[in-house]
Amino acid sequence: MSLLDTSPINWATTGTLSPDWPGGYWLHWVVFTIIILVFVLAMVMGFIYIERRFVARIQSRLGPNRAGLFGLLQPVFDAIKVLVKEDIVPAGGDKLVHWWAPVVAFVPALMIFVVIPFQDGALLADLNIGILYVVAVGSVGMVGVFMAGWGSNNKYSVIGAMRAVAQIITYEIPLGLAIISVVLLSGSLSLNEIVNSQNIPFILLQPLGFLIYFVSACAELNRTPFDLLEADSEIVAGYHIEYSGMKFAIFYLAEYIEALAVSAIITALFLSGWRGPLLPPWLWFLIKVVVVFMFIVWVRGTIPRLRVDHAMALSWKFLLPVALLNLFITSIEVILWPLVLPWPIILLNLAIMVVLILLWSRFFKLGGGRVEV
Amino acid sequence: MPIKTEPFAINFGPFHPSTHGVFRMRTTLDGEVIIDLEPVFGYLHRGIEKLAEGRTYTQNIPFTDRLDYLASMSNNLAYVLAVEKLAGVPVPERAEYLRVIMAELQRIASHLIAVGSLLNDCGAFMTPILYMIREREKILDLFEMVSGQRLTYNYMRIGGVSQDIPDEFLPALEKFVERMPSYIDEYDRLLAENEILLARLKGVGILSKGQAINISASGPVLRGSGVEWDIRKVDPYSVYDRFEFDIPTGTLGDSYDRYRVRIEEMRQSLRIIEQAMKQLPSGAVKTDVPWLMLPPRGEAYAHIESPKGELGFYIVSDNSAKPYRFHIRAPSLINLTALRDMSVGWKIADLIAIFGSIDICMGEVDR
Repeated sequence: MSLLDTSPINWATTGTLSPDWPGGYWLHWVVFTIIILVFVLAMVMGFIYIERRFVARIQSRLGPNRAGLFGLLQPVFDAIKVLVKEDIVPAGGDKLVHWWAPVVAFVPALMIFVVIPFQDGALLADLNIGILYVVAVGSVGMVGVFMAGWGSNNKYSVIGAMRAVAQIITYEIPLGLAIISVVLLSGSLSLNEIVNSQNIPFILLQPLGFLIYFVSACAELNRTPFDLLEADSEIVAGYHIEYSGMKFAIFYLAEYIEALAVSAIITALFLSGWRGPLLPPWLWFLIKVVVVFMFIVWVRGTIPRLRVDHAMALSWKFLLPVALLNLFITSIEVILWPLVLPWPIILLNLAIMVVLILLWSRFFKLGGGRVEV
Repeated sequence: MPIKTEPFAINFGPFHPSTHGVFRMRTTLDGEVIIDLEPVFGYLHRGIEKLAEGRTYTQNIPFTDRLDYLASMSNNLAYVLAVEKLAGVPVPERAEYLRVIMAELQRIASHLIAVGSLLNDCGAFMTPILYMIREREKILDLFEMVSGQRLTYNYMRIGGVSQDIPDEFLPALEKFVERMPSYIDEYDRLLAENEILLARLKGVGILSKGQAINISASGPVLRGSGVEWDIRKVDPYSVYDRFEFDIPTGTLGDSYDRYRVRIEEMRQSLRIIEQAMKQLPSGAVKTDVPWLMLPPRGEAYAHIESPKGELGFYIVSDNSAKPYRFHIRAPSLINLTALRDMSVGWKIADLIAIFGSIDICMGEVDR
């Protein structure tokens, strides 16, 4: 099959795509690497713009509207500003660790996109352990954060790094359990297969799993209400307090790339990915990603930050047991009624979610409080 | 083998986003827990008390603007009350009412900033404070109408106010008083019952009734601890005895109570403004006083309920044109002395919230 038969124009309009598009192994690799890089950079620019404008609307102000049409060039100018800033390594800082930290934080965030399906079969590598790969690679970024905190020779950044490690270990578990309940339903670890098996979006079949995943993912993203590690009003900027110029920009980019990755994963796992009526699949994918991201921004614009011990308590005492129960119930459902119509199950699962959350919040005690010193 | 740990010292400030100015908290931390705290202030010391001894009584009014720059009107009021007491200057009825209106508007403006920055310190990414600044702008517009300034008003004069209100002031004020309650409800809807906020503020940073009295705290910090003490009621100045209003108090003395007290005080201030607008008489707004005042030998202390607490001016006169001694009782400074008692044993995040709930203004603390 030649490239001409399956031109991108045809692909964009009809959404049909031959299984081995765009051809041979190396061509596939090159094309998708370029697609991923362009997609990620363009979307990150877009996300920064969307976030600033949307938060501004929430806060009853205008947001950036001077650079270019509707302020669309604001991220570009921000990038230029950051690039020409002086790069500083603090005195007494571990220079090597300080230099490598942004890279270690940035690369895994980008690597997640290897397995994200933009539409049916359109992904760099359809790994049969796709979602496991995402979880494994996604948590490597935290090593970069810890390196940044440690290498900066700053007490604030060490506190931030400690919080980061505690948080990532804590929230990885409910996150994984929520993913497993989705995998139980779909019967595959490959993200493409998971999307293909969603005749109805899994957010309906797994409402509780979605909530748990969303909360844990927010914690992994370090966004409000879990932005403990960069808590502006407490430890100033946490781990990246001593970073400037390009190295800071890379951290900043990594944060948004992770937000993009989480939005894409939520789209794939719970919102039936690129599937949808009328519009071409890749457009559905984009729309869903942006909607999920805007929801994350909405949360950020509304809710105050959790305290460290509250964040830990929320995960260990609330999310973890509820996620285990959810997994248990899902497995029973999968074994007992594999072929039953989905609608009764949807209603049942919604009811189970409400009951579990209400019931568990009765037992849930935050704890913490004043320590006698 | 047990892990060897040791406490470490960390300085919050003088340049820290949450210290609202240049203030330093020298803390000793055990992990996240604060085991010791020492407030260090003086970074903004300008020697206003000494400078005031070199200027005439009228020239000193702009100085008071620079104390608590979020509540300049209240500072003006306290100072001119002290000088009037010293020199025995009568004040026209209309001026008294205008002073009350301005002082209460200033209280609302100051509390908006206090509550907004408290919520901001709790990590609510700018949204609440921007909502509150939106309404503060309207108050600043009103102040701009009467004084031409938006921050340092210099509006009060010895024996009255500098000028009468313009014609468009009262309709604008009426509109503001009408709309403000719904905005306060909006703030409450946004966050007052938020679970995260309750967990962050309820029971945190308790200042008991006895402690609050012992450190001579005043203002919302004292009332949050459940003491019904308001200078406007216990020692009415100006024409406050003619208005009906309640003193909101807390029960536990935690950060949440102080936050609620401020919200309720805004509602009460609106009540006072409403009554003052209705009763506002016509007439002169300023008694004629000599350009160079020579108050008789003696001393005077006048105090008001400023937004942050009991603001007092103590002035000694030696029958010259300048005060012999000029002392300010700054509520922020005295309330701040409770910080250590409130925050030891809590975590870093709580320290910031407690600090925000005291509501200080460094211009007043350091003078």
